[in-house]
Amino acid sequence: MRAGPMKQTLLSLSNLTKQFGGKTVLDSLDLDIYDGEFITLLGPSGCGKTTLLRLIAGFEQPDCGSISLSGVDLTGTPPEGRPLNTVFQHYALFPHMSVFDNVAYGLKMEKRPPDEIRDRVEEALAMVQLQDYARRKPQQLSGGQQQRVAIARAVVKRPRLLLLDEPLSALDYKLRRTMQVELKRLQRELGITFVFVTHDQEEALSMSDRVVVLKDGVVQQLGTPREVYERPANLFTARFVGETNFFPGNVDAVNDGDIIVDVFGLKRTLRKPDFELHPGQAVHVLLRPEDIRVLEPTDEQGLAGRIVERNYKGSTLDSVIHLDDGTEVLASEFFDEDDPAFDYRLGEPVRVSWVDGWEWLLPEESSNASVGSLTDDV
Amino acid sequence: MIRWLPRAWLMLIYGLLYVPIAVLVVFSFNDSRSGYTWGGLSLRWYETLFNNHAMVEAMWNSLWLALSAATVSTLIGGLTALALHRYRFRGKRVLNGMLFVVMMSPEIVLAISLLALFLLVGIQLGYVSLLLAHVTFCLPFVVITVMARLSGFDESLPEAARDLGASDFTMTRTVLIPVIMPALLAGWLLGFTLSLDDVVVSTFVSGPTYEILPLRIYSMVRVGLKPEVNALGTLLLVFSLVMLSLSQWILTRSKQ
Repeated sequence: MRAGPMKQTLLSLSNLTKQFGGKTVLDSLDLDIYDGEFITLLGPSGCGKTTLLRLIAGFEQPDCGSISLSGVDLTGTPPEGRPLNTVFQHYALFPHMSVFDNVAYGLKMEKRPPDEIRDRVEEALAMVQLQDYARRKPQQLSGGQQQRVAIARAVVKRPRLLLLDEPLSALDYKLRRTMQVELKRLQRELGITFVFVTHDQEEALSMSDRVVVLKDGVVQQLGTPREVYERPANLFTARFVGETNFFPGNVDAVNDGDIIVDVFGLKRTLRKPDFELHPGQAVHVLLRPEDIRVLEPTDEQGLAGRIVERNYKGSTLDSVIHLDDGTEVLASEFFDEDDPAFDYRLGEPVRVSWVDGWEWLLPEESSNASVGSLTDDV
Repeated sequence: MIRWLPRAWLMLIYGLLYVPIAVLVVFSFNDSRSGYTWGGLSLRWYETLFNNHAMVEAMWNSLWLALSAATVSTLIGGLTALALHRYRFRGKRVLNGMLFVVMMSPEIVLAISLLALFLLVGIQLGYVSLLLAHVTFCLPFVVITVMARLSGFDESLPEAARDLGASDFTMTRTVLIPVIMPALLAGWLLGFTLSLDDVVVSTFVSGPTYEILPLRIYSMVRVGLKPEVNALGTLLLVFSLVMLSLSQWILTRSKQ
């Protein structure tokens, strides 16, 4: 993990609350965004991520709480007075202006001299490889090109902070991948802090320095992509980020460094988790599909089951296994060079196990579990 | 047999639409005094028309009235549409509905009530009363045209402008108005044509000092159809065609 030289807070949100028609969209949210980082707000639709972005941009006013940028309170400042810019979901390019005029708009508002405007616009367009398109109208460009114009228009003012509202959601898969790489490159080159909103967990994991998982206006987890994926703070994060197998477990014994958990009658010695445990307690044993090992039916260890589905994914073979009691298990295995013909028949009996130490334990969901206790321990 | 049927039907419809206009144009070049017989090609009715000073004056009056009525109603109507679109306020639905009431109510009702109002307030019947009346009946059409455009308007455009440092006023001037310009132009043209050929309301609210073309023509045909009316009709037709092509040209250019 790349650790910045120092983590200086750029944008500080405290106790932000917003309601729309009596429905709480953001619930006393606190968040510090560091200077120069790529932070992603991740959550299902309606989780409050777009509202949060609009509050930062100044398009909405919070019901209570405050927003400050480098110590300067921005809460009542209108959008035009905030040193930050937004890339909109559907680009919001001005249809009656050329690409050049679109990018120049922000600089014209600052009343910059024409020479400077021309130089900076050309520089910004070169940065997104659109210098030859300056005279075109936005409608004459493809979706990806429009997206790049929108980015150029937002960064030409050299903002401290760039807000991106699901900017890649309207692009097709391949273009989205290209733009992800491009955005990362721009963020590195410009050194601007990016606040990126998405509902695509894969995008969030691959691009961000830190991820904020939001649900119902409350932060579920804040951490690096690795933390969020490997050590989810609660069942919501575990379900939302990536695919997960949940095995019901029961604590048999608690020792000094490890515990013994009974999973479907299988007793496994596991690492002791951070939360308090006592024998007899029910826990969730979380296993990502790639942690699962599928063994021969003759094997001694593991749980007996049958293959009910197999999906060839190119680099992996994904299978669905039903255990004898009906529990569904997802497994994702890499192809083995020694066995190129590796495959399963449907209905084939197998045994399911996992790599020791790759499991993650969560307590039986108490709905108000101490959120965030597992995070920020980098 | 079935194959030519749709084509024949189409020709019938277009014939019904265009034959009267064609007759009017052809007879405007008719040398005969009678409106029913062909007497050879001539421009004499155009000459008569332009020598008829009262007629030419009425034409200019009508053009000036239509121009000013369309402009005033576009200004007021454009702002009304923006207000109805952008702001949430008490009584918005009622105001919106009231526009339709003006549009749907019989013209004669509007004409009588306007006349009563002008007499009550003491406005002299003439240009001012005509202008007020024409603005009144053009307004709902402009508002509805502009609102239709605004309903398809990307709400993030004004936000993008504000985000880039434009004040609310600058945003309106540089983004909002240019984007809805085609609708403003369409509304203006609609108002212009409505005003130009209005008879019912104008009959009630015009005075002897300001004669307008539709009323002049109406009074002329009452005493018998004069061929110079054909010439006038042809001129008006050419004028509207030019206006129509102009508006189409502006619209397609702004779309690029």
